[in-house]
Amino acid sequence: MNVSRRDALKVTAFGAATLGGARRAQARERKEPPADATGMLYDSTLCIGCKACVVACRKANDLAYEPHSRLYDDPIDLTAHTCNVIKLSETGDGQTAFMKAQCMHCVDPACAAACMMGSFQKRQNGIVTWRPEKCIGCRYCQVACPFDVPKFEWHSATPAMVKCQMCLAKAGSTEPGQLNEVGEPACTEVCPRRAVIYGAYTDLVEEARRRIAAEPDRYEDHVYGIEEGGGTQVLYLTAKGVPFTALGLPDLGPESVPSMPVTLQHTIYKGFAAPVILYGVLAGLVWRHRRAQDAETAEMEKEMAP
Amino acid sequence: MSARAVERHGRPSPVGGEVMTPFMKLMLGIVAVAVAIVLYRFAFGLGSVTNLSDGHPWGLWITFDVVTGTALGCGGYAMALLIYVFNKGKYHPLIRAALMTSALGYTLGAFGVLIDLGRPWWTWKLPIFFWTWNLDSIQLEVALCILLYTGVLWLEMGPVFLERWAGDEARPRLRAFAERWTPRLRRAMPWLIALGLLLPTMHQSSLGGMMLLAGPKLHPLWLTPWLPFFFLVSCIAMGYGITVLETMWSRTIYQRYRETSVLHALTSAVIVVLVVWVGMRIGVMAWEGKLAEAFAFDLYSILFWAEILLFLVPAVMLTVRPARSDADRGWMFLAAGMMLTGGTLHRFAAYWFAFNPGRHWNYYFPSILEITVTAGFIAAEIAAFMYLIKRFPILTGRPSAALPS
Repeated sequence: MNVSRRDALKVTAFGAATLGGARRAQARERKEPPADATGMLYDSTLCIGCKACVVACRKANDLAYEPHSRLYDDPIDLTAHTCNVIKLSETGDGQTAFMKAQCMHCVDPACAAACMMGSFQKRQNGIVTWRPEKCIGCRYCQVACPFDVPKFEWHSATPAMVKCQMCLAKAGSTEPGQLNEVGEPACTEVCPRRAVIYGAYTDLVEEARRRIAAEPDRYEDHVYGIEEGGGTQVLYLTAKGVPFTALGLPDLGPESVPSMPVTLQHTIYKGFAAPVILYGVLAGLVWRHRRAQDAETAEMEKEMAP
Repeated sequence: MSARAVERHGRPSPVGGEVMTPFMKLMLGIVAVAVAIVLYRFAFGLGSVTNLSDGHPWGLWITFDVVTGTALGCGGYAMALLIYVFNKGKYHPLIRAALMTSALGYTLGAFGVLIDLGRPWWTWKLPIFFWTWNLDSIQLEVALCILLYTGVLWLEMGPVFLERWAGDEARPRLRAFAERWTPRLRRAMPWLIALGLLLPTMHQSSLGGMMLLAGPKLHPLWLTPWLPFFFLVSCIAMGYGITVLETMWSRTIYQRYRETSVLHALTSAVIVVLVVWVGMRIGVMAWEGKLAEAFAFDLYSILFWAEILLFLVPAVMLTVRPARSDADRGWMFLAAGMMLTGGTLHRFAAYWFAFNPGRHWNYYFPSILEITVTAGFIAAEIAAFMYLIKRFPILTGRPSAALPS
């Protein structure tokens, strides 16, 4: 065969028509926190690293100690046994700062966009919760989460996805069933310095801004989580001169992680029209070309017959 | 199949010969070891066998067995595109073998997913509980599409089995079944073929789309809305590549000669696909202003140019010296091998090498056990292919003596 220019055009058109949405895919409208959203505000300048919250979280969620050390409160990061951890970050010049890591309860969570049957979802108060009933353990949520939050039980034959659910459900429990009543999470409840507080999202934003305004020399003039990654329901304040990245928080733009891929997907598959039309065109081509090819065969066979 | 093709290449027929060759036994041995490892993994968890971590939750099994394995299984898709969309009936002699490799590649890809899933016992809910489907999930589309397409591939292979059973005097019930279903399948075939063209277009592109959700963890040279396009076009190149290799394999090992002209003509189609891919890959990066990353001369930029060279060089090779005669077989083999490597590298980059969870995560490299399981998958595919072509009418071509001049 000679590939004509027409064929080359067909190849390009085939690909381009299939994925024509790619160029036009602009970010979808920014999602807002639900009206009843609650969250946490962590103030790095108040935390003294006592880890009372780490222990309280473990107790509230029935999580065992870290298997590598057999100690109760020495996790170095979030693991399948730890969904809340206090980390000490070196911020240069021999200075250090504390950092509390747990699920950020994103406004537009990547884990929920990834999850095929909605095991990860924003539920009451916008709290992102994992439910075991339909999770098949594909771990796409882990690939997607920009904060490295969901943890997988690698050494279990019946693994769970473990992460902070703001005590709406026990982390790591594979028991299906109802969610707990919304109440104050264990970590904020025990914090002796009120370094982490729980409350309505809008109140927390207001409180964070009030603190910065009241003590502009104490804080960086930025609340992490209002913009970052499309917004998170857990907000952070950091000491003046200590960037959020030094605390280990990723440097994310205002667009949520799912925004581009999900928009692309919904543009290409809008109303499932493109696949249906493409199927119709393909079926037509197959039918026509098969008939032509069969007719040719029949004719040749007739000629070849003695 | 076009009459001319039948005349020159013969109808598909079983190769025959002994199935349990020493090579077959070796393949089955590797499969047995892999099965043992998989059983151990189901008893003690994924962490007991793999080097995966919360930072690198996907490794060799997803990258190779599933993502690359199904792309290597795109021979059926690529050939069907050529035959039915571009109306090149003369390639029909190649379609059965191509479909066979596709059916095996996809079936094993599906198994690859199952052994990698942490909680596979709920998988049955996926195709049934449609009211819980998360339509934002690109992986949902991939999963359902691959499931459906694996079924379509085996139905497209249906005539192969029905032909064999229709002639089976010893088993009258099987024969009656074949006689009843042959005409029905024939009537359904155009619809199945069209579905067999639609589904890979959807999921092979979406396999690229899936990694876009990795967001900031994926290097900018791969994080582009055009990644689905690159995956789609490269899977077509890989489909042609694997068909060329398969044709040469059956020729060398089973002495099934076909006219080299079939392969020769195929090359011009391959060149178009390769050039479109290379042009778009560079063009899109330039358009998105990522040339700085492309010329950073770090590991990622080297990967990027390696992908491009592995597609560009075969395009140049086949343009400069199109495979016309038997003497060009080595040349053709080299070109096919390079485009397969290029497509594989593109997938490994997007799913593994260019995926960087950052900070404190150790670099992922698969364990010996993971590699052995993947070897088991490859061995299973080879073993199944050898069995099927020996017993079922799949390969066309004639022994050399009967080759029409």
